[in-house]
Amino acid sequence: MNVEINGARIFFEIPILGGIPITETMVNAWCVMALIIGLCIWLTHGLKVRPTGKKQIVAEFLVQTANRFVIGNMGEKFRYMVPFVTAIFSTSALCSLSSLVGAQPATADLSTELAWAVVVFVMITATKIKTNGLGGYLKGYTQPVVVLTPFNILSELATPISMAFRHFGNVVSGSVISTLVYAALALASHALFGWLPGALGEVLGSIPILQVGIPAVLSVYFDLFSSFMQAFIFCMLTMLYIANAAEE
Amino acid sequence: MLERAIVLAGCAIGAGLALIAGIGPGIGEGYAVGKACEAIGRQPECKGDVTSTMLLGCAIAETTGIYGFVTGLLLIFVAPGIFTNML
Repeated sequence: MNVEINGARIFFEIPILGGIPITETMVNAWCVMALIIGLCIWLTHGLKVRPTGKKQIVAEFLVQTANRFVIGNMGEKFRYMVPFVTAIFSTSALCSLSSLVGAQPATADLSTELAWAVVVFVMITATKIKTNGLGGYLKGYTQPVVVLTPFNILSELATPISMAFRHFGNVVSGSVISTLVYAALALASHALFGWLPGALGEVLGSIPILQVGIPAVLSVYFDLFSSFMQAFIFCMLTMLYIANAAEE
Repeated sequence: MLERAIVLAGCAIGAGLALIAGIGPGIGEGYAVGKACEAIGRQPECKGDVTSTMLLGCAIAETTGIYGFVTGLLLIFVAPGIFTNML
């Protein structure tokens, strides 16, 4: 029995700046982004003041949900955050859901989440500097006493790292457990039906019958529930951190 | 050969030990969910708010367990290659 757990494959390298590898992650992320852009264009095409089709009702529902989600958690003055949070939510959810069609999800690569987390970190820092000024921002590191400055810097740096690792770890643990369960079920069905006498046992033992149906239960949790859950949590934390940073 | 074996055994044992980190989030999340159940039992009309807050709290409590998992993953897939090359 061989169990294979691989990272993203490298398709080819662009031979500039010492070779930029184009990985499966990037290609899948591009596909997801193209899907989202296409969906947006299709949904917002031909809008009317009085909606006639179901298409516009769906589009309005999505926009309203996003508005309510962000403004309900952050307040009216953060209306400019709606597109950013919605973009991260939809990309994250659809990237994780792409494992349902057998693709390597882009969120199973730490680079993706680390990139998002760094963007969020920059936004948090910018919001802090905007609210308190540069002096106030730097002074915040020496609160409540000067001795704690290294710990404050450490906890500031821990924010993006823990956000990235939380999302990455959840997605990867799901795919590792699914792979292990598939391998174990193949072994179990071989052991179970291999005992049958003669050619019948050989034929039935080589087909992994137990792999039908049982992993679907895991897939509902790890692919469907966990995808939306992690996207929700990532956006929720983004909003909480930025709303906190805007407080005096 | 012996050095290689020792390195691989160390990585495997380390990965196993790293997953002890799963105990903490397990207890913590169980406690949080229990408290959420109590809260819903006392005030069933707050079910939505309590559930979403609880899920967020669970996800944050899970972080340390995820760190353990990532450490285990690194010890199994990355560390053996690096350490055996150093020999």
